[in-house]
Amino acid sequence: MLGVKDLTVAVGPDSNPVEIVSSVSFAIGKGEVLGLVGESGCGKSMTSLAIMGLLPDPGPRVRSGRIELDGADVTNLAPWQRVEAGHGNIAMIFQEPMTSLNPVLRIDEQIAEAVRVHDGLSGAAARARACELLEMVRIPDAALQMGAYPHQLSGGMRQRVMIAIALACRPHILIADEPTTALDVTVQFQILGLLRELCDRLDMAMLFITHDLGVVAQLVDRVAVMYAGRLVETAAVETLFDNPAHPYTSGLMACMPAPGHRTRRLTTIPGQAPQPGSISSGCAFAPRCPDVRDICRVDPLARATITEGHEALCKFPVTGSAA
Amino acid sequence: MSDRPILEVRDLRTGFNVKRSGRKMRVQAVDGVSLSLGEGEVLGIVGESGCGKTTVGRSIVRLTKADAGEVVFNGEDVLKARGQALRTMRLSIRMVFQDPYASLNPRRSVGDSVAEAGDINGAFASRAERAERVAETLNAVGLDPSFARRFPHDLSGGQRQRVGIARAILPVPAIIVADEPVSALDVSVQAQVLNLLMDLRENLRLSMLFISHDLGVIGQISDRVAVMYMGRIVEVSEVGAILERPVHPYTQALMAAMPKPDPRLRIAGGTELGEPPSQFERATGCAYASRCPLASQRCAAEAPALRTFTDGRLVACHNV
Amino acid sequence: MTRDRLHSWLAPFLGRPIALLGLAILVGMILAAIFASVLSPYDPRAIDPIIRLSPPNAAHWFGTDQFGRDTLSRVIYSSRMALLIGVGVVSFALLTGVPIGVFSALFPRLGHVLMRMVDVLMSFPALLLALGLIVVLGQSVANAIIAIGAVYLTTTTRITYGLTLRLRAETYVEAARSMGSGTAWVVVKHVLPNLISPLLVQASFVFAFAQLSAASLDFLGLGAPPDIPSWGNMLAESRTFITRAPWLLFFPGMMIVLTAFSLNLVGDALRDRLDPRFQEMFASRRRR
Repeated sequence: MLGVKDLTVAVGPDSNPVEIVSSVSFAIGKGEVLGLVGESGCGKSMTSLAIMGLLPDPGPRVRSGRIELDGADVTNLAPWQRVEAGHGNIAMIFQEPMTSLNPVLRIDEQIAEAVRVHDGLSGAAARARACELLEMVRIPDAALQMGAYPHQLSGGMRQRVMIAIALACRPHILIADEPTTALDVTVQFQILGLLRELCDRLDMAMLFITHDLGVVAQLVDRVAVMYAGRLVETAAVETLFDNPAHPYTSGLMACMPAPGHRTRRLTTIPGQAPQPGSISSGCAFAPRCPDVRDICRVDPLARATITEGHEALCKFPVTGSAA
Repeated sequence: MSDRPILEVRDLRTGFNVKRSGRKMRVQAVDGVSLSLGEGEVLGIVGESGCGKTTVGRSIVRLTKADAGEVVFNGEDVLKARGQALRTMRLSIRMVFQDPYASLNPRRSVGDSVAEAGDINGAFASRAERAERVAETLNAVGLDPSFARRFPHDLSGGQRQRVGIARAILPVPAIIVADEPVSALDVSVQAQVLNLLMDLRENLRLSMLFISHDLGVIGQISDRVAVMYMGRIVEVSEVGAILERPVHPYTQALMAAMPKPDPRLRIAGGTELGEPPSQFERATGCAYASRCPLASQRCAAEAPALRTFTDGRLVACHNV
Repeated sequence: MTRDRLHSWLAPFLGRPIALLGLAILVGMILAAIFASVLSPYDPRAIDPIIRLSPPNAAHWFGTDQFGRDTLSRVIYSSRMALLIGVGVVSFALLTGVPIGVFSALFPRLGHVLMRMVDVLMSFPALLLALGLIVVLGQSVANAIIAIGAVYLTTTTRITYGLTLRLRAETYVEAARSMGSGTAWVVVKHVLPNLISPLLVQASFVFAFAQLSAASLDFLGLGAPPDIPSWGNMLAESRTFITRAPWLLFFPGMMIVLTAFSLNLVGDALRDRLDPRFQEMFASRRRR
């Protein structure tokens, strides 16, 4: 459904580019949910914008790599070009529904707009489809809520409206960029459940971007961990939580406060994530890695395969379960 | 940790007037909150957005004017303090803010920001003393004293938050009200700052009111936890007890909804928990009745008071 | 660290040649004003009827006027008046506008009344307002400064008002309040430092407009007294000679334009320096 091969996104002149995303590769199949996990500045949002063709202009550009939707190469196509070429079945939802929805238009108009573009319907037919989409995202009293303005809805409801707009193009792939980060826990719970249900029902693939490992555990089938623009580990979700191979992944898991496991001191990852472009050789995580060796700072990295479907970008990954 | 409460909040009420579609309405953000903070204790206040937890903190430090109630510190009602008593209170009860990018004046050096409380209240006898104490405080929060000359835009989020904490401990207060101090930070930085707060609490013998929406963080740092919903406290208990066995239906819903980092504990399907009620129409009875699986007729009519249970916890519910 | 800040102020000029030109003209004008007696080839008041109305030549680069006075010297000396007016008007606008703006933002009820009064002032066309004030106050350089200053105190007040309102709501101001700061502390330590940059930009534009307003007043004979050389006065005196001796209007006119133009360029560059995106770019470059 979605294939990303060696994607590199950078800013600055071609002679001296500063990489924000470095050689990222992954693939998502039908009905599968891939979680893209990382902290702020790791490049996960940039990756999703590149996939959608929404990189700001002027600004960071795709320097190399391929993006494939349903087998077709869309790497350098703008969104309208993709729709024209028939590869427009991809949609995105964002973190802040308040800024993604037009505050002066009623929600039925906003959904109908998307319907008009993709289905070519208009007027009553578009409205009817809009209502159908609202019901699909489980908005209570959909027919009534159609006439509401975004500010009259709660955060959770607005997010559902965004999902409805995204579904208008009958996407094969949905990219969700931290859609629940700004929502309350109880609302998040419901939205995650809704997303999972939609993926199952519509056979939709989903790229779910988040910094929250808890959400990842709840929702996704496979996980890709990003650090400093690179993909440092990919695995099935159970495998990742059972045997994190990359020191960053295990560090991240260790420093999360888990209710019920109160410790005297939380384990931390010392230092800070590097600025883009500041690591020129060797492993980006070397300055902070508890198991770093000299060779890590110098040698180019190799992707180690731990088991089938489980890879880590580390020379000395942690393999095997506890002795 | 002694048993004597260092801070007692009694029936605090704070409301705001807002205009919606041309009409003037009142939002009662804090609707009768009482709690007590023991000396050296960390009391976590947890709840979702709109529950009033931030307003409780702001009312205590008098950033927001409370309508009614008392906040007793050192035998005096903080809300009515004036003059010298108010000054003392302001130095003794300090606040740490949520947004590290907004809480520091971009045009003032780190040193100036850290020393601000002392400057305002004349706590430094000389420039030399000021510089020394600033350096000391920066060390205490894990920053090199040379940071004093730098400006906020040079610092990362975690470093800025450390500066915010430094500002709150010079001079050393008795109580810190921390309003979501780690919510805006990355997970790995969060852990560093939480460790710092725990260290400071021990070294400086601080008492803390820790406000957050994150149960994991609350569970890590608090001794006792108070759960808030729609301006009222619904449950207060020791942290271990409340996490293991939440009693109030809302606390249970909160715990159930929290995503746990274990893929085997996946919650199947999205059970609809309903929408929280409007902030403008406060129910006469229990605020949670509209979404509560245990709701009865009594719940809609009569607001439950906090009852003491056998294990010492307080719960406001008719049906547990 | 101070060198870094100096560099950050110069950077928007270094990257843009035309802004550098503006800055150069401005500096040139200031130097001309200070060293007028040294730079002027003749006494600006020296009358020499024999060479009256001579076009630009080797002895008199800018020609002479109807009294035989050297135009170049008069142009150079006029820069003093231009500087005086500019500094005077900007000072007046800031010294009145900033307190009114800050006060109005901190005390809303009284503030609303004051801002409506400022609105009334703003509704007058600039020149008309200045003229009206001169008529009331009488003609003199000081009154010209006050009259023109009154026109521009309105924009200064507005900017200060808006900024102070916004700054009041900033988290770091709340933090200061929570630590017991009074209004005075907030104003001095938090509001004023954040006002400096936008007001600096505003000042350069006001300086430019003040030149134009002053020239208009002088031209109408209501500004500086005729015996003091100023570009506006030079234009007024030369009105009748426009066909016979166009250089008498060209040079002072060009100076007015150049001054206003260069100040606008400087103002633009300063404003760009304040643009948040620029700040970010500069800050991230420093972090490495």
